[in-house]
Amino acid sequence: MQTLIFYICALAVLSGALGVVLAHNPVHSALFLLLTLVSVAVLFLQEGAALVAIIQIVVYASAIVVLFVFVIALLGVDQHESFDEPSLFQRPVAIVLGVLLFVQIVVLAGRHWVTGQQSAHGALDTARSGNVTRLATSLFTDYIWAFEITAVLLVIAVVGGVSLARRSGQRPGGPRVDAAAEADK
Amino acid sequence: MIAVARLTPGYYLTLAAALFTIGAVGLLVRRNTLVMFMCIELMLNAANLTFVSFSKALNDISGQVTVFFTLVVAAAEVAVGLAIIVAIFRRRHHVTADDLNALEG
Repeated sequence: MQTLIFYICALAVLSGALGVVLAHNPVHSALFLLLTLVSVAVLFLQEGAALVAIIQIVVYASAIVVLFVFVIALLGVDQHESFDEPSLFQRPVAIVLGVLLFVQIVVLAGRHWVTGQQSAHGALDTARSGNVTRLATSLFTDYIWAFEITAVLLVIAVVGGVSLARRSGQRPGGPRVDAAAEADK
Repeated sequence: MIAVARLTPGYYLTLAAALFTIGAVGLLVRRNTLVMFMCIELMLNAANLTFVSFSKALNDISGQVTVFFTLVVAAAEVAVGLAIIVAIFRRRHHVTADDLNALEG
């Protein structure tokens, strides 16, 4: 049963990924991306990472894909992406490099793994506490500094996103003042 | 029969390798910056899958903590990246990567 679920999800992951790359319409790409993300979440569940699977659904499959679709809707679907070659060699070279990369990773993963150490930061599940408790304990003890820095990173990203998305040269509330002045005349 | 075979970490790692490869090739082949972003997300997901696989294989929670941080970084990256794409679109009215050659010497 586990194996069957794995194969179904693997098929969905790979077909979704191929769909992202091959779809002409960016909206279709976003929907294929959603398929891949949800299937990866199922694989996370299968490997005992319940909390990460839920975060994957909530953050990735909801927030990020919705953000993509929203930006596509804002910019309009860009249909005139040229699929003919800008330079003659780029696409074959990219595919050859990709196959090389795949073979490299598989060969390396099939050999001995460098790390043999087990449970450097605590076991995955103990008898008394589940996955969420383990993850939270590790996050708020061993990784507390990384967690705090992550908060700073998110604040910087939000401020950066807002200041980038605002029209350049526009002051906050500037045109509205002008409109009020026009109304006064 | 192949479906009876026990699921080893190798299955997940091979799947993650394939996913990463598809994302990397897509990043090289596509021209639409939004789709290139989605390919980056594919590669991040492949890395996440690898982390979770090793977390299971080595019975170590820190792999899952790393995935947590990767998700946060991916969210921040998407927010800033899409803001950049919107800013580029305002100036040039298309977001094809080949046309973004303003820094060309």
